[in-house]
Amino acid sequence: MTEAAAAKKAPKPAAEKTPPPPVVGPVSGLEKLIQSGGFAVTAELGPPKGLDLEAIHKKVGILKGWVDAANVTDNQTAVVRVSSIATAAIMVQQGLEPVMQMVARDRNRIAIQSDMLGATALGIRNVLCLSGDHQTFGSEPGAANVYDVDSIQMLGILKGMRDDAKFAGGTDVEGGRPPLFLGAAWSPDADPAEVRTLRLAKKVRAGAQFVQTQCIFDLAQFKLEMKKAGDMGLLDKLAVLPGIIPLKSAGMAKFMRKNVAGISIPEDVVKRMEGNKDGKEEGTKIAVETIQAVREIPGVRGVHIMAIEWESKVADIVSRAGLKKGPGA
Amino acid sequence: MIVGEQKPFEQIVKLIERYRRVLVAGCGTCVSVCFAGGEKEAGILASMLRLEAQKNGRPLEVLEQTVKRQCDMEFLEEMTTKVGQVDAVLSIACGCGIQFMAERFQDKIILPGLNTKFIGVTLEQGEWAERCAMCGDCILDRTGGVCPVARCAKRLHNGPCGGSSGGKCEVGKDRDCGWALIVQRLQKLGELERYAEIIPPRNWTTSRDGGQRKVVREDLKEQGRIEPR
Repeated sequence: MTEAAAAKKAPKPAAEKTPPPPVVGPVSGLEKLIQSGGFAVTAELGPPKGLDLEAIHKKVGILKGWVDAANVTDNQTAVVRVSSIATAAIMVQQGLEPVMQMVARDRNRIAIQSDMLGATALGIRNVLCLSGDHQTFGSEPGAANVYDVDSIQMLGILKGMRDDAKFAGGTDVEGGRPPLFLGAAWSPDADPAEVRTLRLAKKVRAGAQFVQTQCIFDLAQFKLEMKKAGDMGLLDKLAVLPGIIPLKSAGMAKFMRKNVAGISIPEDVVKRMEGNKDGKEEGTKIAVETIQAVREIPGVRGVHIMAIEWESKVADIVSRAGLKKGPGA
Repeated sequence: MIVGEQKPFEQIVKLIERYRRVLVAGCGTCVSVCFAGGEKEAGILASMLRLEAQKNGRPLEVLEQTVKRQCDMEFLEEMTTKVGQVDAVLSIACGCGIQFMAERFQDKIILPGLNTKFIGVTLEQGEWAERCAMCGDCILDRTGGVCPVARCAKRLHNGPCGGSSGGKCEVGKDRDCGWALIVQRLQKLGELERYAEIIPPRNWTTSRDGGQRKVVREDLKEQGRIEPR
């Protein structure tokens, strides 16, 4: 008889198990800052497509001090990169708090839960649950996708591990619960418009404590959606960090408007970009103004700056927006 | 129905090039309805193979036969004589028919002449689309009669994802976003509040994840063998 079979045959008398102690927040610097009423700044750090660890160190160096935490993308655009767990763990070592992104595309619930325990063991606390870009757009278009669960179900599973000390399958989380600050994405401009806030409400109910949004250019529309979210009572339990993308040119604005789902760029923004020869400067100005404007909207608890492969811009935007971050702040 | 599509002719030629006598076996049900593997298609394919062989001076004898269903042993029986006369059978039934043919004729080479695509519907003449992913535990009551497993590229149960745009899926603008359809229909039915319900993680054991599936109806078994209609 195998050891496993023997163990099955002779069940041990059921010992009274004490569940692991509850997780008492805040569990991360980001959660602490938001809880204390501070204005959070997050950015994005894309891992390299090979073992160029220097690239990670460099991006950490650029962002450290200027942001409260940085998202580590999880094979974004379905292109193979260093894993978000490993990159986030390196960031923990180097003193830049990570928001680890985790996509449902590549993992079933076994891997999600196991990876999450592993991530928390490595000091990772903030996690952002996403469905993930479809693999046909990426470097492995022939790959199978998993989608055992979606991002909302993933949130629920992670919340269950933390709050109820239960895995998705109903077994106990033993010894210690993962101390997690749970996040999700929100596209306030996405289609279909009828369910933008309804879907946000589902995410909050599933366990999201913060959301980072798709980039915001249409302030009027964003205010409207935030009002709806407020009216639904979502903003008492949820920190919203609107996404900010500094444009580099009018062409980039037009391209994004045409090709990226869930982004609405009003005509006057495009006109402004066309009107200035220095597109990068105009884009930075728009980003700074947007930050200052969203700050005034009730429920906005920070901003998420996505300077794609332009991490060096983040410090400039943060300081020009008067966010009082930066070394020595 | 099961929707199939014949393999490219050049591939089929390659598949049979080692054999001298081949039976093109059609199926008269699903793949016949979608004009891929029925009697007419078997006839056309057999003629094309004969012509191709003749043109290239290759000796090839092609027989053809179509039965009502290749997924029923009773009908496969009808093929016994012709199967016995050939080196290989090129079946243009779905994957089930091809395999059942191999189960029935154990010592015969059985080759697939058709790719089984999906379970779908006829949108219009010449256009078919997937509707069911055979998850084995239907949830259409919760999603306004539109299946997120088959019609969302990420099979999201609480969609849509951020890639839904103007009612289309980001994977291909020629495809509707399943969740846009679900929302549209729930709205039409005055049931948008159903959207607010979170669909919990599924138990995929009823799908292919639980291993090869089987349906057993003891009540029917007791009555003995069912005669095909």
